[in-house]
Amino acid sequence: MTENYTMPDARGHFGPYGGMFVAETLIPPIQELNAAYQHYLGDPDFIAELDKDLQYYVGRPSPLYHAERWSRELGGAQIYLKREDLNHTGSHKINNTVGQALLAKRMGKTRIIAETGAGQHGVATATVAARLGLECVVYMGAVDVTRQSLNVYRMKLLGATVVAVESGSKTLKDALNEALRDWVTNVDNTFYIIGTVAGPHPYPAMVRDFQAIIGRETKQQCLDATGKLPDALVACVGGGSNAIGLFYPFINDTQVAMYGVEAAGDGIETGRHSAPLSAGRPGVLHGNRTYLMADDDGEIIETHSISAGLDYPGVGPEHAWLKDTGRAHYASITDNEALEGFYALTRMEGIIPALESSHAMAYTMKLAPTLRPEQTIIVNLSGRGDKDMQTMAKREGIEL
Amino acid sequence: MSRLSTTLEALAKTGRKALIPFVTAGDPYPEFTVPLMHAMVVAGVDIIELGVPFSDPMADGPVIQRASERALAHKMSLRRTLLLALEFRRTNQTTPLVLMGYLNPIEAMGYEEFANAAQRAGVDGILTVDLPPEEGTQCAELLKARDIDPIFLLAPNSSVERIQKMDTVGSGYLYYVSLKGVTGAGHLDIASVQTKVAELRLHTQLPVAVGFGVKDAATAKTIAGLADGVVVGSALISKIEGNLDSPEQAKKEIIELLASMRLAMDTLGA
Repeated sequence: MTENYTMPDARGHFGPYGGMFVAETLIPPIQELNAAYQHYLGDPDFIAELDKDLQYYVGRPSPLYHAERWSRELGGAQIYLKREDLNHTGSHKINNTVGQALLAKRMGKTRIIAETGAGQHGVATATVAARLGLECVVYMGAVDVTRQSLNVYRMKLLGATVVAVESGSKTLKDALNEALRDWVTNVDNTFYIIGTVAGPHPYPAMVRDFQAIIGRETKQQCLDATGKLPDALVACVGGGSNAIGLFYPFINDTQVAMYGVEAAGDGIETGRHSAPLSAGRPGVLHGNRTYLMADDDGEIIETHSISAGLDYPGVGPEHAWLKDTGRAHYASITDNEALEGFYALTRMEGIIPALESSHAMAYTMKLAPTLRPEQTIIVNLSGRGDKDMQTMAKREGIEL
Repeated sequence: MSRLSTTLEALAKTGRKALIPFVTAGDPYPEFTVPLMHAMVVAGVDIIELGVPFSDPMADGPVIQRASERALAHKMSLRRTLLLALEFRRTNQTTPLVLMGYLNPIEAMGYEEFANAAQRAGVDGILTVDLPPEEGTQCAELLKARDIDPIFLLAPNSSVERIQKMDTVGSGYLYYVSLKGVTGAGHLDIASVQTKVAELRLHTQLPVAVGFGVKDAATAKTIAGLADGVVVGSALISKIEGNLDSPEQAKKEIIELLASMRLAMDTLGA
């Protein structure tokens, strides 16, 4: 099935997942977006402009770093970190916002909206909007505005309007609801830059394609460094954009194991987590069918994670498909385990990871010792931890 | 023929337009809803749209969002909404009832079980905001097989192709969303509604109801002059929200508003 992978189909389906579940007013703009996306994907001018921006503005290619000390300490596989934390704005999110903003410009849209959880996608969106001179409004759950205040300030510095969303659970899902309400009201001049591989078709495929540069670079860098493909890939999964970006170019290489790591929060058994693939069920939210955290009545239940970027009740539909087909494996890491990953990388390698990426680090600490030293694990270090300094200091009882 | 088609045809014969209130099931508490539905029938409404509360009502403005939150706080759900429908049907076998909501509660129940339950509850139409025809044929067929009309939305930016598609897959009536925006938004543009409804008529024989932004008797009357039905939702729910300490007062104000709309709509041309 994955020998010649061609998902999604023309209507955005990954098997039973994905699709286009939106209110009628959004059908025309989504069709317009899909047509533009399909067109520019094959336009050499567009691709050249994108490549140039990725190189000189984002700073690509990002290094593939051999974490030798940490590998030795764990006593198993060689661990390599894909350094998306070194990108401009500090995470992988900018790979996608640069692409979508160029698309917005070509489509003649003058206004950009986005949702954000941890604020990384909001910052990456505000950044490209500033550069292109586009009006920018970012929706962010009121709870996240408080716990990621540094990123709120960055977005405002960049000229964006940050709207604190007070409805529902006041986190990422509610920010997405509010962004959809804005879009439905301002469809004529507004481009909605979704930050993850969720939403209605074509977003899951489009965001994946913009993020797939992570995996394409990784493949070449790994061959250069080790002379072979990696044995395993590890990435954290909230909506799943950094994971799919790493995984996608390897899907047909079935000897490469792929591990997505969800946020188990206080523990899967407590119900206070953000792990729909591990403990959810299929349903429809935010324009696509996928695994969701919902109750027996189909109401979405509140999620919990120490990391705002993983605090989402759904997951990209392609991950749902990769789970069902068995091509990728999905595990979960608790808040406390993620903190161990955070401290380990910080003290062992002098790299402070984002709390989201710390989930991938924590899983790597479990996986590496089960493999042999000649084997290779590549972990996506999707973002840097600067934004989490307040959260971490507060946990340690330190006033900044 | 479905109860919806029968009702709308009877109205058309007498030149009257359908007054269609929308209220959220279980807002502000579950026992409030069925007596309100009966009172609305007495006030002269023709069809009732009952909103199924959902945790993430993406197409709704703040008024209906908060109605959903109030209802969910009382553990209202799709199953309990169907029980309210059943209770309403015990003493009213004539007023068509449309459930309006989002897809996930139906997904959780299962399409077939939902269609069977809706039929048992005497529901006449289902409007699922985030289920466009591309994704909704299976559900629509299950409903039609049980004489329940799948009702679809059309918007100001819907193309001729979309209108024709809705005409094919939809039945009962088409719900024209009068503006680009969420429910309860305040910028209804009568001239553009007139133009678009005329365009819809070229491509469908189905009755057209217009909603989103109908706030008072004067607007209801104007819309009634253009379409076959007038949907009013947020304006009614605002009465509930404005009288949370006195639900009876809320009911009284809702009935007064609907009665004034009925009167205005029945004196078209006057």
